[in-house]
Amino acid sequence: MSRYTSATPADRAEMLAAIGVDSAAELFGQVPEPLRLERPLALPDGLSEAEVHERLAALAARNADCEDQVCFLGAGMYDHYVPAIVDAITQRSEFLTPYTPYQPEISQGGLQAMFEFQTMMSELTALPVATAGLYEGPSSLASAGYLALGVGQGRRRFVVSRGVHPHSRETLATYSAGFDAEIEEVGLKGGVTDAAALAAAVDDRTAAVFLQSPNFLGAVEDVEALGAAAKERGALLVVAVDPMTLGVLKPPGECGADIALGEGQPLGNRLDFGGPSFGFFCGTEELIRKLPGRIAGETDDLDGRRGFVLALQTREQHIRREKATHNICTAQALNALAATIHLAWLGREGFRELGELLVRRTAYARERLAAVPGVELLHGRPVARELALRLDAPVERVLERCAERGIAAGYPLAREYPEYADALLVAITERRSKAQIDDLADALGAAISAEGGTFVPDSDTKVPGGAE
Amino acid sequence: MALAETPMQRERAQTIFEKSKPGRRAAALPDAEVPEPPLAELIPGHLLRTEPPRLPEVAEPEIVRHYNRLSRRNFDLDSGFYPLGSCTMKHNPRLNERVAALPGHARLHPAQEPKRAQGALELMWLLQRSLAEICGLPHVSLQPSAGSHGELAGLLLTRAFHADRGEVRTKVLAPDTSHGTNPASVTMAGYEIVKVATDSGGGVEMDDLRAKVDDEVACLMLTNPNTLGLFDENIAEIAGLIHGAGGTLYYDGANLNAVMGHSRPGEMGFDIVHVNLHKSFSQPHGGGGPGAGPIAVSDRIEPFLPCPQVVRRAGDNGHGPFFDLDCERPKSIGRLRGFQGNFGVFVRSYAYILSLGGDGLREASETAVLNANYLKARLAEGRAGKHLPVAFDRHCMHEFVLSGKPMKRELGIATLDLAKRLLDFGFHPPTVYFPLLVDEALMIEPTETETKESLDAFAEAIDRILAEAEADPEKAKHAPYTTPVRRLDEVKATRKPVVRQRL
Repeated sequence: MSRYTSATPADRAEMLAAIGVDSAAELFGQVPEPLRLERPLALPDGLSEAEVHERLAALAARNADCEDQVCFLGAGMYDHYVPAIVDAITQRSEFLTPYTPYQPEISQGGLQAMFEFQTMMSELTALPVATAGLYEGPSSLASAGYLALGVGQGRRRFVVSRGVHPHSRETLATYSAGFDAEIEEVGLKGGVTDAAALAAAVDDRTAAVFLQSPNFLGAVEDVEALGAAAKERGALLVVAVDPMTLGVLKPPGECGADIALGEGQPLGNRLDFGGPSFGFFCGTEELIRKLPGRIAGETDDLDGRRGFVLALQTREQHIRREKATHNICTAQALNALAATIHLAWLGREGFRELGELLVRRTAYARERLAAVPGVELLHGRPVARELALRLDAPVERVLERCAERGIAAGYPLAREYPEYADALLVAITERRSKAQIDDLADALGAAISAEGGTFVPDSDTKVPGGAE
Repeated sequence: MALAETPMQRERAQTIFEKSKPGRRAAALPDAEVPEPPLAELIPGHLLRTEPPRLPEVAEPEIVRHYNRLSRRNFDLDSGFYPLGSCTMKHNPRLNERVAALPGHARLHPAQEPKRAQGALELMWLLQRSLAEICGLPHVSLQPSAGSHGELAGLLLTRAFHADRGEVRTKVLAPDTSHGTNPASVTMAGYEIVKVATDSGGGVEMDDLRAKVDDEVACLMLTNPNTLGLFDENIAEIAGLIHGAGGTLYYDGANLNAVMGHSRPGEMGFDIVHVNLHKSFSQPHGGGGPGAGPIAVSDRIEPFLPCPQVVRRAGDNGHGPFFDLDCERPKSIGRLRGFQGNFGVFVRSYAYILSLGGDGLREASETAVLNANYLKARLAEGRAGKHLPVAFDRHCMHEFVLSGKPMKRELGIATLDLAKRLLDFGFHPPTVYFPLLVDEALMIEPTETETKESLDAFAEAIDRILAEAEADPEKAKHAPYTTPVRRLDEVKATRKPVVRQRL
């Protein structure tokens, strides 16, 4: 018997007899002989459970995770605290192991959770309709492009701010090869989208304008002002947002967005080296029949009891095939459930308080870090949870020195923005204490000094100045 | 027609919002520890929110109770047989959950520099090599997030492959039995779908295929075994036809669980394969995600693979190999998503492959095929054999399709009624009304992890439902009775959609 199967030799014999064959090999007779693999797969033999655990633990030990390092990395995914009840509930068999709720009578738990999730995301974004979830952030943005082409009859241009996450812009470009759409990128000016350039770029062939706030440099964009250009030309306004900031920042629905979407990881999902997480996707009432992916809806059963089903399935691939609004059929349901529980745990007050905490700690970090000799701000725009700095020393070498002190100091912008080769993106969560921010300031100061940047008397003592 | 209400039915669905009361809360947050000026001093007022989102206000004990009660309104794989065709509902080992939750995996930031994520990148590389061996194709990208995403990737790869040769092709072929995602992906990738007929043996109708293959065809998408659970014996000839016309051959890996270690898509002639890690490789389905849909490709497709790509570089000066993320791929189609893919899924699937080993995977497929054929044989007997004949009467692979057409005619109950009545017997129904080619279809995939006893019990339940329908068809027509809710008004949910709670 192989692992996880239970057919004994006696079972096999009975089953083969019932089928009327002598061996299981006969059942594979339909595979033409030249196509049969006549050798064992070149994979190691199976291991015991304890051995597999050891093997995987040994691999895990070779990664510097957020327990090994104080992590100021962000760039779309953040080291937030995930409450214990999220793990406890999402690991329940009843949520972990079912398939998509095709049989609503026995899937009310999952369907109601989707309905609650949709309500929460609709509240966060201030848009009336939310879907049950897409793969993750960047592909959700690309999916908005596909939707916009369908809505904007004949319009085949996208105008995209350079402040939109580079992975989202790249994914949109990948998808657009299939859509046959052209993309025009609008640059940044002083840390935010260049408003004049954006207005000039939007024309009558523009299907959608894509903004992100806070943008990739951490700056809060004036979405309402920027979005006016899209409105004037009849293009859809698509806004990517960080859900954790929506307790304090004006929601996209109040800024004229037709679609708000984004990466859901900060809500209840662990980092997992990038996935799985989920993408959220919210829109106006007019778009409800154009949306991609699953949507749960409320209805009644035969006896008039309240229940939930997959609504608007006539948009979907299993019904509409080539005429579907999208090919997606996963909702990242478990990840969306984690977000739902996290948001319920935070609650109305806690969610706002957490947003305020992020803004204030980020403001403190900005002041503290900008005071370090050899560090200056990349931009002075308002920030919510992430900030961009210029360093007077090679960023990679500074990062290495910080890493040696157990600090992942941030994300080097040079990876995605050659024009900011000397810049570092620093992310703040509620797990980054004041003391850790102070340590980061010390580490950066010491590293810059050691790399021959601005002179600091003693790399082991606190950097003078600072915020207070 | 209703029986007595079940305890779950007496509990009317209440959302978390309806349990909310101002002033209650669960979260305790850390102190700010830093100066706390008014927010408007940090961010201009016109960029700030005036009213917080109306999230529920509930204390932790009630949140836990709420979602636990909700969970009990779900049927799940750990509670019972789940023979959902094409979905491969096999056991989800808890070992995999445990290793995925190790902080070195779960709390690893995706932007961590490769030097400090060597374990993760090596794991991805090892999974790539394992999938390449299983698929018989040399190159793997783990990036696609699901099967449908893998399909889109495959079609964009095909487009890039032809563009690189200066060719413009407009059509993609797929059998009329194909998964609905296939045509939807084709449209998204900017191609026109052309359906290919199925022959009397359940395979691709060769004459129809020959008539439709020309130099406008970019790709043929197939699953083999197909959605009828049958291996297409003409696959070598099909591959020859498509390749001869300059097209690519795409393998929808939804049915890979039938052939692991027995036959490989690469040898069948496929250029691009997607693998559903949440099907064949035991990632839990989570009630509709997460999953992952890595793709394996041939040499001629490799230059176009998405970036970044996990690579192993030789170490220098006696150091071991270095695992890296390669973005220097000039012909790449580009990114399909953020960061590197659904790494947590990769951990689980790699743990599964290590647990089973090469022989174990082969045996898993063999047992999956044995279980399917045994259940097919059991259902060929008695009432099921009479009212629910198998659509194509030959040995199947890992799944098979029955037709409820005689049942509907003879007993007056439809496949939907049978499916709903199965719920009262504690079984998840098979996939119904798919493939479209078979009237009143029931598509049954038991998987290798089910016992003979489960299969027997399922066959007996079908027999009892048919016997009951012979006496009183109304019973099935109004089923289910014992579930938290009874049949739901899906038309209303689409005509007048209520997709969020009014607050």
